[in-house]
Amino acid sequence: MERIEVKKTYKLFINGAFPRSESGRVFDVCNSKGELIAHPALASRKDLRDSVVAARAAQSGWAKATAYNRGQILYRIAEMLEGRTDQLATEISDSSGITLKKAHDEVFAAIDRWVWYAGWSDKLAAVYGATNPVAGPYYNFTIPEAQGVIAVAPKENFLAFIDAIAPIITSGNTVIALVPGSASIAAMTFAEVLATSDLPHGVINILTGSHDELAPWAASHMDIDGMDISGIDKKKRAELKIAGAENLKRIHNFESNMTPTRIFAFMEAKTVWHPIGV
Amino acid sequence: MTFEYAPAPESRSIVTIKPKYGHFIDGKFVAGRNHFQTINPATEEVLSLIALGGASDVDKAVIAAQKAYTKTWSKLSGKDRGKYLYRIARILQERTREFAVLETLDNGKPIRETRDIDIPLVAAHFFYHAGWADKLDYAGLGRSPQPLGVAGQIIPWNFPLLMLAWKVAPALATGNTVVLKPAETTSLTALLFAQVCQEAELPDGVVNIVTGNGTTGTAIVNHPGIHKIAFTGSTEVGKSIARSVAGTSKKITLELGGKGANVVFDDAPIDETVEGIVNGIFFNQGHVCCAGSRLILQEGIAEELTKKLKTRMAKIRVGDPLDKNTDLGAINSSEQLAKIHELSAAGDAEGAERWSASCNFPDKGFWFAPTIFTGVTQAHRIAREEIFGPVLSVLTFRTPQEAIEKANNTPFGLSAGVWSEKGSQILWATQQLRAGIVWANTFNKFDPTSPFGGYKESGWGREGGKHGLASYLKEGK
Amino acid sequence: MSYYGIIDGSETSLKNFLAQLPGVDQVGAEARAAMLATRSIKTTSKRRAIETAISMVDLTTLEGADTPGKVRALCSKAVRPDPTDSSVPSVGAICVYNDMVAIARTHLDSIGGQHVPVAAVSTAFPSGRASMEVKTRDTQDAIDAGAAEIDMVIDRGAFLSGRYGLVFDEIVKIREVCGERAHLKVIFETGELVTYDNVRKASYLAMLAGADFIKTSTGKVAPAATPPVVLVMLEAVRDFYEMTQRRIGVKPAGGIRNTKDAIKQLVLVNETAGPEWLTPEFFRIGASTLLNDLLMQRMKMDDGYYASPNYVTID
Repeated sequence: MERIEVKKTYKLFINGAFPRSESGRVFDVCNSKGELIAHPALASRKDLRDSVVAARAAQSGWAKATAYNRGQILYRIAEMLEGRTDQLATEISDSSGITLKKAHDEVFAAIDRWVWYAGWSDKLAAVYGATNPVAGPYYNFTIPEAQGVIAVAPKENFLAFIDAIAPIITSGNTVIALVPGSASIAAMTFAEVLATSDLPHGVINILTGSHDELAPWAASHMDIDGMDISGIDKKKRAELKIAGAENLKRIHNFESNMTPTRIFAFMEAKTVWHPIGV
Repeated sequence: MTFEYAPAPESRSIVTIKPKYGHFIDGKFVAGRNHFQTINPATEEVLSLIALGGASDVDKAVIAAQKAYTKTWSKLSGKDRGKYLYRIARILQERTREFAVLETLDNGKPIRETRDIDIPLVAAHFFYHAGWADKLDYAGLGRSPQPLGVAGQIIPWNFPLLMLAWKVAPALATGNTVVLKPAETTSLTALLFAQVCQEAELPDGVVNIVTGNGTTGTAIVNHPGIHKIAFTGSTEVGKSIARSVAGTSKKITLELGGKGANVVFDDAPIDETVEGIVNGIFFNQGHVCCAGSRLILQEGIAEELTKKLKTRMAKIRVGDPLDKNTDLGAINSSEQLAKIHELSAAGDAEGAERWSASCNFPDKGFWFAPTIFTGVTQAHRIAREEIFGPVLSVLTFRTPQEAIEKANNTPFGLSAGVWSEKGSQILWATQQLRAGIVWANTFNKFDPTSPFGGYKESGWGREGGKHGLASYLKEGK
Repeated sequence: MSYYGIIDGSETSLKNFLAQLPGVDQVGAEARAAMLATRSIKTTSKRRAIETAISMVDLTTLEGADTPGKVRALCSKAVRPDPTDSSVPSVGAICVYNDMVAIARTHLDSIGGQHVPVAAVSTAFPSGRASMEVKTRDTQDAIDAGAAEIDMVIDRGAFLSGRYGLVFDEIVKIREVCGERAHLKVIFETGELVTYDNVRKASYLAMLAGADFIKTSTGKVAPAATPPVVLVMLEAVRDFYEMTQRRIGVKPAGGIRNTKDAIKQLVLVNETAGPEWLTPEFFRIGASTLLNDLLMQRMKMDDGYYASPNYVTID
């Protein structure tokens, strides 16, 4: 007799825990044949607020971790992800309708992204920092620092989700990912990867659901410092930027992947002056 | 004996101010339609009439800038762009005194500052950026960086020509052309700069200057022919500009307000700290976005330091900005003076203790004595809002962590200061402070090689250094 | 023993006190001095400044080649710097080596210069490398010969190697020798102390040990009385006055050669210690060539022509 499968309840990932949406809502994700795969949680603006609290609390500690340590944790994510390749490929294929082969390639690409970003963490200051020869007896240097709490709204695609969050946390930011629709399935399995990868609680928070519902709240949230809105429809970006102007949120969208631009866009340059004397 | 300094006024005969000015568009001065007065804030004397630019003036300027971009400037090699900038730097150096006197007349800031700081830095900015023009591929800003096109630049009245230099020099070095609007109350040095562009034979339309007020600025912000907006000014206006360009592809950089914390530990080099505090808040009448307007003192030295500070403040020489011995000049406008009075009154009302140096002000003009408020708490308006005047709020702390918490407890993040003789404590504090510029054991120092700009609501982007170049470039193919 | 109730005279208490003094940031101190150097002194202020500066000059000759004739000529000049204008004040003092003290004193008294004191450089000036016995004897000699002011040098070797107690004790001893008969100026030789932190420490050490004046230099070592060094010393006397209500004088010496330099010094005094120090009682300038430039500048202010050295005496 065929074994009865234990199905997974897809929840949210906030502060290292897997809560249901505070709203109690879920939505349907079906495969290409229209068969129901799961009911991921439909995150509410209250869930967003909780995520911001978690991300803010985690941020200074994550930024303070050594770049070497952050690099190792990012690499650990790649290691943990490798072991989930088949599961994620199946989920991606089922939920997005692409072939299993393509889904595998997508997961492999995602793993390689983490490896790529893992190597960036301790090179940012060398590439983006500077020692400035000012005309006076001062030592003057510029270093990049993480901005703080960043929300990302990636396209409805697993790799786009990874492309959004990895550069954000590489520099010491914490992130709230607003994962839309069918990408929610793989994203929540990825959350299980995070839970076993030494990543401090709250550094990555994942909310599944609707951009239309959550992105405006994120854009107007005064304790979010920046937003990657690459996955938002072009026509809807202006209103988010207008809302974000209230606290001068750094709001960007990107055309390309695997570029340090995606890291530096969410970093600030700090310049320090000190006299040189005896 | 008493040692009174006799007046030592810098001669104003070196400058010629025309009775009326137009705009500078496409390499020529063109007459304006409506005009407004620009006055010397130290005497309220009308210096000249400035053209009030409207949408059509901005349009002409943008068209000239577009034409110059496509026809000449973008076709020049970086080497040749650099040569024009070097020329401008050299002319500015030659005419330093003239610019200094004119700036002092129009702005009210002391001649000592325009002569020793503003104008030399202006020339330095052009000289520095001139050298970048043919080296952009090596700036570490991606592959083959490209200019954006026409930059619309709106600058404030606190450092009129210096802010022009911060905007124009990097824009031209990176191959963009410019439509610049000086602040309403301080247009004269920008218009003199237009003459320098002519003298340098800068191709027509590369730099266009449209004078005017906020409406003129809005016309620049909203002009569809502009690819980049660079603004320095208030956070309020900065936010509205951010909203205006939200739906466009315009790139934008903002240098906005601040409420800089100046943190003093009990092992600070006390006499130099007092000087640094004075320079931090009374430099340029406190009309400085990065001013150290919140003094945060460790409790053990608060009393002694406050006493020394008051003694020192009593020696600040307030008066005729053209006098070479003046330390604190005139407040730039009656509007700004009213704002300083209003916030200071709020300080009184909220229970902080006000102390001002006694000053004999001239009969006319706009003046405010160097002032400190002690007993200020985080909740007071004078600890939160930018006063943009010679008014210092003093708070205290007990532990380093508390100092940092107070320093960072603001939506702004432009500048901060930290004073201590303990190296590790300095580095710890500079790391903790959420500000784009941290001055350690110094304050209010500027240099073209040194990036300047804010965290949080103090702005977007940097000016100066290689980071400043990024604001005017996009990655090439 | 108590010194102003601040230390008990032991090396430990002295070291503890010096250790808690705030540091001096070199760049900040130099920037402040440079800023004050931009003060522009004109017209009536300049005339008063020049006359004040003349009255503060310790007219100095400290050469191996000094002779009684040279010293006597200098005394004449000290009393009446400008023979053509009796409104020019006498200088602050004549400063000579020990063996010239009696000659100077006698000559000054004979030409109506009783009000001009003679200062002697003692304690094995300029190096200070002699036994304490010799230094004491040297000082006693000068006082006996009529010196009203003793310019002693500190043991820089001891200071730089942290033997502050030794330096302190030497000053205390010389102070005892001076007693009520002579003012004590303590020379640091700041060019050898090198750092401003050391200058600040030396200033407090000397003031606590009983100095009436603190003096930058012997004139034999460069750099000498640079504006930032004098700034740090002026801050020290200002703050010491706050602590003790005792006003200590400051004497920059060496490198102040012209009117401009001298006026810069007066500006430093005015804006750092305050106008209370702007008197020969509390501020002196050790110099040999400065006086003539002051006189020439004064002439220029009187007649409007740039002066020639032919019109000032070369003594």
